[in-house]
Amino acid sequence: MNAPTYNFAYLDEQTKRMIRRAILKAIAIPGYQVPFASREMPMPYGWGTGGVQVTAAILGPDDVLKVIDQGSDDTTNAISIRKFFGKTAGVATTTSTTDATVIQTRHRIPEASLHAGQVLVYQVPIPEPLRFLEPRETETRRMHALAEYGLMHVKLYEDIARFGHIATAYAYPVKVNARYLMDPSPTPKFDNPKMDNCAALQLFGAGREKRIYAIPPYTTVVSLDFEDHPFTRYRFDAPCALCGADNSYLDEIVTDDKGGRMFVCSDTDFCEQRQAAGHHGTESAAPHKEKAHV
Amino acid sequence: MYVAVKGGERAIENAHRLLAHERRGDRDVPEVTLAQISEQLALGVDRVMTEGSLYDRELAALAIKQARGDMIEAIFLVRAFRATLPRFGATEPVNTGAMQVRRRISSTFKDVPGGQILGPTFDYTHRLLDPQLAEGFVPEQPMTADASQAATPRVTDILGRDGLIESSPQADSDAAVGDLTREPLSFPADRDLRLQNLARGDEGFLLALGYSTQRGYGRNHPFAGEIRFGEVEVEFSAEDVGFAVPLGSIELTECQMVNQFKGSTTEAPCFTRGYGLAFGQSERKTMSMALVDRALRARELGEEAEAPAQDEEFVMSHSDNVQSTGFVEHLKLPHYVDFQSELGLLRKLRQEFAEANEAVEMQEAAE
Amino acid sequence: MTTIAEMPAGFADKVLSAQSTFRSVMDAMARPGSVQRVAASVGTPAGMMRGAAAIALTLFDHDTPIWLDAAMSATPDVARWLKFHASAPVVTDSAIASFALIGDAANLPALERFAFGSSEYPDRSTTLILQVDSLTQGPAFELKGPGIDGSALLQAMIKPRDLFQRLSINEALFPRGIDVVLVHDDNIVAIPRTTRLIASGV
Repeated sequence: MNAPTYNFAYLDEQTKRMIRRAILKAIAIPGYQVPFASREMPMPYGWGTGGVQVTAAILGPDDVLKVIDQGSDDTTNAISIRKFFGKTAGVATTTSTTDATVIQTRHRIPEASLHAGQVLVYQVPIPEPLRFLEPRETETRRMHALAEYGLMHVKLYEDIARFGHIATAYAYPVKVNARYLMDPSPTPKFDNPKMDNCAALQLFGAGREKRIYAIPPYTTVVSLDFEDHPFTRYRFDAPCALCGADNSYLDEIVTDDKGGRMFVCSDTDFCEQRQAAGHHGTESAAPHKEKAHV
Repeated sequence: MYVAVKGGERAIENAHRLLAHERRGDRDVPEVTLAQISEQLALGVDRVMTEGSLYDRELAALAIKQARGDMIEAIFLVRAFRATLPRFGATEPVNTGAMQVRRRISSTFKDVPGGQILGPTFDYTHRLLDPQLAEGFVPEQPMTADASQAATPRVTDILGRDGLIESSPQADSDAAVGDLTREPLSFPADRDLRLQNLARGDEGFLLALGYSTQRGYGRNHPFAGEIRFGEVEVEFSAEDVGFAVPLGSIELTECQMVNQFKGSTTEAPCFTRGYGLAFGQSERKTMSMALVDRALRARELGEEAEAPAQDEEFVMSHSDNVQSTGFVEHLKLPHYVDFQSELGLLRKLRQEFAEANEAVEMQEAAE
Repeated sequence: MTTIAEMPAGFADKVLSAQSTFRSVMDAMARPGSVQRVAASVGTPAGMMRGAAAIALTLFDHDTPIWLDAAMSATPDVARWLKFHASAPVVTDSAIASFALIGDAANLPALERFAFGSSEYPDRSTTLILQVDSLTQGPAFELKGPGIDGSALLQAMIKPRDLFQRLSINEALFPRGIDVVLVHDDNIVAIPRTTRLIASGV
């Protein structure tokens, strides 16, 4: 039987070269989705194969890797991806945002500000911001070529007419370097401002849809809005029940079936660092008394 | 007090251990062997090889065993393995006209040179569950005859001799054949890429699309010109050797559909083609593929493309079951960050709705 | 003419050298104007600088047509070395090249001779690898654009002297355009199509 053997960081060198060329083009054309011949990975499409391929193409033995899903290092998919690179590339891993050189993420941007030299790799399910307004690739490609983004403005305007607000809470569209409309991946719009003028390089990988795109450091990233309906961040108005932070994105934890709930930081590293530094929350921020939870 | 959920790593390890246990099932029941899967569930192996894009019976059988019989999971396992294999090049085109035929039927002619060969088929079995098969059944030895020396020319070639069917579109023999596993797909896609996509495509998806063309969604009046199944030689032409070297033989099923004719003031009417090819004995797959291939040629043949099966962007973007299952099943992953974001927005909208209604009620009460 | 035995070596460690070189090129592209170093050890055919050779082995293969300028094709050494180590096809039509290796930048052809990509696929463009006289000394160039915090100062001896003026077509063409990697010895500086010259001094 053909017993399999695998290269450093799993991907073969030919595949890495192809992905590396795509990454360079992506950096040179901020926000433009570069097509690439995404490979079948040993995890399912939709579970981070794009991010994993980008990470595998850039990762070296001196890197320190952090992987988060929903802001947490300990969600099952984050663990699974971290273990994959620990096994195939033997790289050091960390949960510390500051110590990491490469951070692969799904659905969040860390709370701690990123520094120069870091790379943030996003897992992207649907890279095309116009896809739900126009399902055809041939059409959306033409719109990007002409920078013809009226369709998106009409959608946002219709939201305002119907709900009084732009009814997009995550994957909120942005304009990169005043040219390309870009999907930030399904991060909450709370995270959008962190993409603007960020010191770190931001790379986006969509495996199933076979696209790579990028935001170079110190690049303008503007969330779409209207003068009379400016972009606003959303965050539940409560401090974190564990560390007391009042500026972090929160997870809602349902504690019983009588409406009991509490709010805690979604970024577990941020929360733990704060607790270690002596910050504490009320541990009972919920309107109803929560039950013991172990 | 509340403690954030931890121990994901141990949970994963334990889940894998439990999965291995469940896969084995009752340990008093003998373990199934790869040879048993390959020999006795052969059509399943054929499907995994076809949609997995890798001709290796033993690995396909292993994948089926590892996947507990879940065919799409098995196809995924084979694909992920295939993606890591080095490439030496492309083989010479196989000559299905020279196939060592084990089954061959045409629904367009009563008899054809080389004859109709029914071969191993479910076609005329009565679908009555057979209790004899439950255990220990020893089938009779099959009837045998000397292998026929008669040539079995393809039925479409016979039609082609009289110009009754369009000539098979000949690609420039020096032109590189597209490979969607090596180059990102862009639209419109040429037929080589479409056929590759369909060959790897999910049998159920293609079956439904092919069926839809028969029911009028892009009807193209098909006849099963020929379906043949058997062995063909595979040859590889290495650059430094200078001639083609035989690598061995593989089993293939080929279906050539003969479809609705076309013609114009400048071209005499003739039948058109739809093509299907798959590893092993995969008749439903190749027939469905041929119907969809023909439907996807709408643009090239100047037909209106309005039905789903004629829409190459729709068909090619959704035919791959490894992609589809990944994205459908990724909904199992945590989404609580975006859900929380949506929840916040919804609460706000509902609150504003309630306040607005309250204001209206108060105003009405005051009037 | 060199035989295979005389052929300059490729990377000492294919996997890790390519990875570290790529990170230098990626950092250069992400921070235009900044000088990055290629650390990998690599053989060089006559006329090719170490940085250019390392980039070639990192990014070139049979999927990337390569165009060589007169200096790079003065002897068959470079083409043979590229074919042997990277299986990269050398083409005579610069308009279909993925990369162009420019050994004598003073005679850089008109940029219109290279691929700019299309509006739909601006990534289908030629990347120029340009060998220059220095990337640490010489006239100053003040740059701005994505990847640059405010402005970046590059001191370099670049021929052609009007390179940045020529690259100003990138502004009108965007998103089409030409990306450039400048190489001197083992130093590299990238000038992607988004980088603009604010001022140049002497």
